[in-house]
Amino acid sequence: MSSLVHDGTAILGRHLLRIRHAPAITVMTQTMPIVFLLFFGYVFGGALAMPGADYRAFLVPGMLVATAANGVMTGMFQAAQDTHRGVTDRLRTMPVSRAAVPLGQALADLVTSTVGMVPVLLVGLAMGWRIEGTAVEALGALGLLVLFRFAATWVGILLGLASESEEAAGQLGSATFMLPLLSNAYIPTDGMPGWLRTVAEWNPISAVTTAVRDLFGNAPVPADGAWPVTHPVAGALLWSLALIALCAPAAVRRYARG
Amino acid sequence: MTTTTYAVLSEGLCKRYGDVHALSGLDLAVPEGTVCGVLGPNGAGKTTAVRVLTTLTSPDSGSARVAGRDVVRDPAGVRERIAVTGQYASVDGDLTGAENLRLFAGLLRAPRSRADELLERFGLAEAAGRPARTYSGGMRRRLDLAASLIVPPSVLFLDEPTTGLDPHSRNGIWDAVRGLASQGTTVLLTTQYLEEADRLADEVVLVDGGRAAHRGTPAELKARIGSYAEVVVAEPARLEAAAAVLDRLTGSLPALDAERRTVGAVTTDPTLTLPRLVREIDAAGVPILDASLRPPTLDEVFLRLTDRKELAA
Repeated sequence: MSSLVHDGTAILGRHLLRIRHAPAITVMTQTMPIVFLLFFGYVFGGALAMPGADYRAFLVPGMLVATAANGVMTGMFQAAQDTHRGVTDRLRTMPVSRAAVPLGQALADLVTSTVGMVPVLLVGLAMGWRIEGTAVEALGALGLLVLFRFAATWVGILLGLASESEEAAGQLGSATFMLPLLSNAYIPTDGMPGWLRTVAEWNPISAVTTAVRDLFGNAPVPADGAWPVTHPVAGALLWSLALIALCAPAAVRRYARG
Repeated sequence: MTTTTYAVLSEGLCKRYGDVHALSGLDLAVPEGTVCGVLGPNGAGKTTAVRVLTTLTSPDSGSARVAGRDVVRDPAGVRERIAVTGQYASVDGDLTGAENLRLFAGLLRAPRSRADELLERFGLAEAAGRPARTYSGGMRRRLDLAASLIVPPSVLFLDEPTTGLDPHSRNGIWDAVRGLASQGTTVLLTTQYLEEADRLADEVVLVDGGRAAHRGTPAELKARIGSYAEVVVAEPARLEAAAAVLDRLTGSLPALDAERRTVGAVTTDPTLTLPRLVREIDAAGVPILDASLRPPTLDEVFLRLTDRKELAA
């Protein structure tokens, strides 16, 4: 256990150093949600049935969750890069705790993504989004966002470690931007055909988005729909914890086995 | 009487990837404090052998002990005693040289000053603050090697340590390896360069088809296949005629090089001397410019012993 903490801290430090050396990549991934927020809020938002200001308040929580889901992509890129450039193999030949390497990466991502939420929240405030609920509820929303990001990153680390090549991981990772499109993050699911609506509502992003909207007091919980959407806080917690319980041990095993 | 202690000892290692038998019963025995050169063409199983011995991959069958620890039963014990530098075990290109070494020093609970010491020793002090990806090939390999020496290992694995390096950088790595060996570190190195094995290795193992096809000191391997008789003909048209003479004298298949106008063949016949070679060629009426009878290079040994027409580089 002490070696897990010691080695994990060292690996965490390594990933934070990498970000310091290549801030452009981090700045870009943190800027994308803001660009999307402005696009969706002002370009597409006007064409939607919802009044513009309401749509923007509806959109900000969705964008925060979609950004958290990006953990799949960043986790996958980093793990694939380390795997295919030999860094993972060198660490695997060293007396380093097996769990520390993926865990250090996941924790480093948690630090940067949490800091990265701040500008999105500020732009959201400037666009007219407000925290309408209590402070405790708002903290709960932020907690869910961080937890979901952690889960998404583990999914990404597992996929990155199992990837065939850096290019393959890059392509698969880029395709994950479609995940929020198949959810209620950007638009309500009511207008979707029945089967698509079911798929979208079982998308973990929908449960987390609904929960965050509810806790920030931006939109009420829908009366009908799939269970994770009608019970969003429980749904979001269960989805996140299930993904972590499934993917974190699998990623550690995959790292240890090679 | 002293009994030999083996730093690396493997018996019947097998590893299959789908239908490919990467290792089919590899036996290795590397005495402590020696340098073992594992030679072989691509696909011979060199890299898989290193991956199994360094605990990166577990064998399908067979056993191996490295630094006295079983690679399957006690991989953690092996990892505490080895270091690996090579084509796949690498440093982080986005970190500086100093950051890389400090990271590894931290993980190995060695003092940070050890990083600076090694940067100095490998001529990287000036480049210490630059990202490793900006390093030249030689600097990168030196950094890789330095990272392997933060805690001096009992057994050092070097997987093709000089592939792609210029001669100057290669010499630098060779000097470092010799230095480590002289201090008692056991080194197992894989290489495609026979010269490298010839220069560094106490014992050479030729790996072919996933098993040790031949082993011995470089001198023993050369002696095993005899000498190499070679003549340079004056007229390219007479190359075939000279080859026929060599074929008759040596009983082995001569190798022709039309560009250099040379033909050579391996011989184990002790009665074949240089004067006799010259007389026989002369008697056949083939004008020659040069003739030689010398120990074979390891390349020639390799081609001969693995029955290959050319090295799969």
